[in-house]
Amino acid sequence: MTDTNDKTDTPPATQTDGRRWHDMGGLEGGPIVADDHDFALWEKRVDALQVITSTKGYFTVDGLRRCLEDMGPEAFETMSYYERWVVSVNQNLLESGVYSNTELGAKMAEVAARGLTYGDCAQDGDSGHDHD
Amino acid sequence: MPHDHDHDHNHDVPHSHEGMSSSGHPYRADQDQPLTYWQNMEIAMRELLIEKGVTTELEVMHTIDQMDSRSPADGAKVVARAWCDPDFRARLMADASEASREMGFDIGALKLIAVENTADIHNVIVCTLCSCYPRNLLGFPPDWYKQRAYRARVVKTPRAVLREFGLELPDDVTVRVHDSTADMRYIVIPARPQGTENLDETALAALVSRDSMIGVARAASPE
Repeated sequence: MTDTNDKTDTPPATQTDGRRWHDMGGLEGGPIVADDHDFALWEKRVDALQVITSTKGYFTVDGLRRCLEDMGPEAFETMSYYERWVVSVNQNLLESGVYSNTELGAKMAEVAARGLTYGDCAQDGDSGHDHD
Repeated sequence: MPHDHDHDHNHDVPHSHEGMSSSGHPYRADQDQPLTYWQNMEIAMRELLIEKGVTTELEVMHTIDQMDSRSPADGAKVVARAWCDPDFRARLMADASEASREMGFDIGALKLIAVENTADIHNVIVCTLCSCYPRNLLGFPPDWYKQRAYRARVVKTPRAVLREFGLELPDDVTVRVHDSTADMRYIVIPARPQGTENLDETALAALVSRDSMIGVARAASPE
């Protein structure tokens, strides 16, 4: 789109215009606040698992987005980016039949029993943030 | 609609500026905090994928290394080459995926489109639907690129948004906002700053910031 004059900032009169919650273009929003953080190791792992499993054909980027969009605005407001991603990647892997809900539940119980922190439970050799 | 909570409330996380990551950002504290449900899900998912033979620990590490090795410095090299080499610039504007591959960057199957800033036109990129970003040339997107305020507002009041980034555009400059999709993404080629006629590609690339390739800043002027 082209913009030559955007002095007005009027919100849409209605949001019952057929758009879904994630379709945010042109809606209201607060001020832009620059954030400057790198991602945690667990978040990079979620991203890496998405890249690996989608590259190997277990699901597509459309499947990833379908789950993210179906989570609805509440998830967008209350969960972090990679929290939403882990849910979506996991859901797509369940649907592809790589592992079952039963296997996931058993594994999560096993992981939780290992300790209190991510470092303990992920069984990473050290408590550092990098893998090298 | 409520505002994005991430946006306003995660700046009070204390961090030291010692021990910056490879990309120059402070690390988020994660390993020593109590395990969250979602972190548990990541561990479980990863271990199941390894047990099932879908991936290996090594492959996950390698993939993260690849992600970490990408940074805006890659995009800056492409921009500097375009400023110096008219033939490359023509190839870049015709097919940014192919021109970037020519410089050794892995673009995958992505359709990448370069949009060029001139004296009359200023381009800025967004993904209103999610967070699509030219990662292959810029690395991870900044948090604000993925959040509501930027996605919602930049397509409607781009000048006001750019002003918040400290970029004031003259009224006679046309602003073009490009909305990305998963398969088709944009990179802004900022205008070459004045007074750079004698700089080589390496020196020019140092003037090209991440934000200038998103379109929320200009390329820096030489010292």
